[in-house]
Amino acid sequence: MPGWICERTIEGGERGAFVYSLFYSLTADWSEAYMAVSDMRSNSPGEARTRPNWIHLIHLAGLAPLALLAWDAFAGSLTVNPIQYLTQRTGYAAILLLIASLVCTPLSVVSGWKRILALRRPLGLYGFLYAALHMLIFTALDFGLNISLIVQEVAEKRYILVGTTALLLLAPLALTSTKGWQRRLGRSWKRLHRLVYLAVPLALVHYAWAQKSDIRQPLILGALVAVLLMLRVPAVRRRIEAWRRAFGGVSAADGSERTPARGARGR
Amino acid sequence: MHKIPSSEITPEHIYRSRRRFLREVGALAIAGLGIAACGNTANTSPVPTPGPVSRKTDELGDPLNTYQQITTYNNFYEFTTHKEYVAQVARNFRTSPWTVSIGGLVHKPQTIAIEDILKRYPSEERIYRLRCVEGWSMVIPWLGFPLHRLLADVEPMASARYVRFETLYDPEQMPGQRDRWYNWPYVEGLRLDEAMHDLTILSTGLYGNLLLPQNGAPLRLVVPWKYGFKSIKSIVKIDLVAEQPTSFWMAAAPHEYGFYANVNPDVPHPRWSQATERRIGEFERRPTLMFNGYADQVARLYAGMDLRANY
Repeated sequence: MPGWICERTIEGGERGAFVYSLFYSLTADWSEAYMAVSDMRSNSPGEARTRPNWIHLIHLAGLAPLALLAWDAFAGSLTVNPIQYLTQRTGYAAILLLIASLVCTPLSVVSGWKRILALRRPLGLYGFLYAALHMLIFTALDFGLNISLIVQEVAEKRYILVGTTALLLLAPLALTSTKGWQRRLGRSWKRLHRLVYLAVPLALVHYAWAQKSDIRQPLILGALVAVLLMLRVPAVRRRIEAWRRAFGGVSAADGSERTPARGARGR
Repeated sequence: MHKIPSSEITPEHIYRSRRRFLREVGALAIAGLGIAACGNTANTSPVPTPGPVSRKTDELGDPLNTYQQITTYNNFYEFTTHKEYVAQVARNFRTSPWTVSIGGLVHKPQTIAIEDILKRYPSEERIYRLRCVEGWSMVIPWLGFPLHRLLADVEPMASARYVRFETLYDPEQMPGQRDRWYNWPYVEGLRLDEAMHDLTILSTGLYGNLLLPQNGAPLRLVVPWKYGFKSIKSIVKIDLVAEQPTSFWMAAAPHEYGFYANVNPDVPHPRWSQATERRIGEFERRPTLMFNGYADQVARLYAGMDLRANY
């Protein structure tokens, strides 16, 4: 779908439902990213648009967890306790994709490869999609939308409270992930989207507290996220960029424009 | 949630044959693509068929879980922490020769081969609910004998107040034990009056068969009014002791797991709902019963005790 069609659809349906916006931004996003990259590579977008682009591969990563679950369902290997299995798998997919979205900016700073930045939004939105599915499975399938039981669970168990908080922090980011909202919010868009720096650590605390005893995996992911957040500290970031200019080649690996050495941009 | 009328539930043999059909079609497709190695459906070892059972329900009228459910969804960290893979990892576990030593504060300590245990203590069927602390449950037709019969034979001393059980430690056969995160071997304990209660059994089989490795072969404890982790598997050692033993889970997470671990819907756990549970094979949650539905038989053991403090 060409970017401008999506753009218009989103603008037109801005008062539309939340899910509508989410799914449109998911599909709109890759075409926007595609356009952006096409523009970078060539002054004639029409010609570039006909070429396949590796950025589309991100949808393989985003849809792989769903495909694996579909395969499990087909092969009859959702275990005899499928609701618990689906809950755990969607939660894990959400965390991995959200962390992947946090990798983009530091990777671009270190490599000077600007195109990676276009991956932040689809990765973040896919992460949110799985987090929302995770919550939906918990409330609708596991607890049958029994509000009093759900309230009791959330109030009684700090790990559910923390997970719910993380999801609530991500929701406005998913809603305002379109270009239209980005324009409308101006500078506050960037500030708003820094909420992800809080949401992902909270999601990891949720994951760690959900473990019976062995928290090695959440600890490893937590260390990774700590490094990813540290690389965003403006002083650290400026130093890396200086090193890159001093030791790196003349142009970036993909020939695209280098990231300018200013403060952290959004995610 | 709407309740599904039983007339709309597909009978087991039909949905099984549908699944088999789907599986076979899938296997064919995979073979056709020449990537048969990816088909985890193609090389599963045949599951032994269940033997006869005396009843189809527990005393509350709830149906037995299927042999397939009971033997493919197991918490047995000695093999793997993935419940759905335990059966596969444990399939070559050697349960013969196997001896169990009973000692500590007893007048007649003994070491008995599992074959002699089977001969000396003829097994009877006990249909019990098993409530896992993770919030799921099953109804299982165990074969076994009351633990008090074995304890009577070793003659506990007057100073014995607790029974301590220990699982085999054999990292060669039990790959999960190579992971030093946990404090192996698995240990569990009961107060002597709990151990002497007629509901407490040592199990040697289920569904008319000997136990499979994933269910704790060749000898395991079953204490139906406590969370499943109390029912220690693959026992090699039973000691009568004076002090309360520290169980595996008490050592791993003392704030979450106490010594008693009685099923109690009123004592919340930081992780799982204990007010409700999901019976494996059912869609909706059901309320958890006090002492897992065995309150009439066991509540007196805890008269006057604060069950919130002694969780």
